[in-house]
Amino acid sequence: MGDPLYAGGIGLTVVLVTLLKVLVTFVLLLVATMFMVWFERKIVADMQHRIGPNRAGPWGLLQTLADGTKLFFKEDLLPDRADRIVFRLAPVLAVVPAFLAFAIVPIGGNFAEGGTVSMFGRETFLQLADPPVGVLFFLAMSGIGVYGVMLAGWSSGSKYPLLGGVRATAQIVSYEAALGLSLASVILVNGTLSTHQIVAEQAGAGFGGIIPNWNLVVTGVVPAIIFLIAGTAELNRPPFDLVEAEQELVGGFNTEYSSIRFALFFLAEFMNTVTMSALVVTLFLGGPSGPVWGPEPVRTWFFPIFWFLLKLVVFLFVFVWFRGTLPRLRYDQLMDLGWKALIPLALGWFLLLGAVRVARNEGWNLVVTFGAITVVVVVAVTLLNLSLRAAQRQRLADAEVNA
Amino acid sequence: MSDFLRSYLTVGIFLGVAVVLVSALLGLSSLLRPSKPTPQKSIVYESGVDPVGTGWAQSQIRYYIFALLFVVFDVEAVFIFPWATRLEAYGLFGLIEMGIFIFILFLSLVYAWRKGVLRWV
Repeated sequence: MGDPLYAGGIGLTVVLVTLLKVLVTFVLLLVATMFMVWFERKIVADMQHRIGPNRAGPWGLLQTLADGTKLFFKEDLLPDRADRIVFRLAPVLAVVPAFLAFAIVPIGGNFAEGGTVSMFGRETFLQLADPPVGVLFFLAMSGIGVYGVMLAGWSSGSKYPLLGGVRATAQIVSYEAALGLSLASVILVNGTLSTHQIVAEQAGAGFGGIIPNWNLVVTGVVPAIIFLIAGTAELNRPPFDLVEAEQELVGGFNTEYSSIRFALFFLAEFMNTVTMSALVVTLFLGGPSGPVWGPEPVRTWFFPIFWFLLKLVVFLFVFVWFRGTLPRLRYDQLMDLGWKALIPLALGWFLLLGAVRVARNEGWNLVVTFGAITVVVVVAVTLLNLSLRAAQRQRLADAEVNA
Repeated sequence: MSDFLRSYLTVGIFLGVAVVLVSALLGLSSLLRPSKPTPQKSIVYESGVDPVGTGWAQSQIRYYIFALLFVVFDVEAVFIFPWATRLEAYGLFGLIEMGIFIFILFLSLVYAWRKGVLRWV
């Protein structure tokens, strides 16, 4: 069930359509990234009663371009203590996976009618690649992205970047576990790892014809919230931006970077933000699916892309909103939230969802099942609470001994 | 070319485009930017004073333990993901199986917790 474009032989049309898709995705990602930088500065400025960028272009829209151009003309400094090869390699290792992760996001296509669009007489998915393990591909790319950050911190041969890099690695790695486990709930419900099929499963009317059949509803909100929190931490965005806490670590892992190499890290960070928002939309909010009207090209082209971009902007705003509202966490709070709250919650919820689905398939009494599940949940929450309290007591006791 | 490889073809092309873009950016910048190195400029940053000692300071062992814990949960994803796609086929047997697996996994987390590994301060 791959892309119908590659079902037949590979002719000239196929190559052209593929190249066109590569180009469009590429441009879309770059434009979205530049828009996001501007959007973030503008919205945060608004939240802080400032004006924000307003000089370059209408409403300051070209500010990102101006900043980028400036960085081209800046001298590239290489610290004498740095590991030269790794220092140069790290920004590339951060940017390339950030590009690749976006390839699996379905951008358009009317999913009520198979999710394909017609391009030069060939049916194709409006997404760059639909590997059978699309979700894993995303996780793998975000995993490789960690290397960029870690190696940049280590290879600088300087203290602040090293601390920032180690912090970043521990943080990303911790939340990657929670991220993967919340994803498991989606996979459980949809029974597939391909992003195209995950969106296809969410198309169509859901309960009562009003509430959409999105995974947000079907998996019961909790995985979506875990995914959003873990995603924010994964991106090192506020309130989880301890990695570049400027009051303690200067710039974090990229302190020693200047010129275009610094710009590459910046680009990677915002690209990842766009990809993460797109992924939340794809996995939990039905991607490009939504109500469509009108004749052929409008129905299959305009509306799905419109819905996708609308949902994308909503989540981009949510990320900016987090930044404008929430104070930064302390490191122990960060680790506590990840390991003691999100991971047990995600694991528990995953098992619960599995139990509910099996119960429905085997035709058990729903009342009894729900009763049993409630008991299990209550017991689990109580146990978790008790252990948290015990840990707290122990900590206080230790503090007394030390004092 | 098999269907499996074909679905990665576009990923490969995209990888190529990404690499080309990054090299183009780096190449263009190396043509445009000035280069006037002085010994002062290549000193690493340390709040404006000359750096003391080596840059590769020791970091806390805790980070390493978190990385170890992560391996536990990441390996487990290898088991959970394929299982999750085939839940319908395994039914109750699969659910109990997975319940036992996650329970054992959870024990490892509780053990780490009990040992105080998760306590930061």
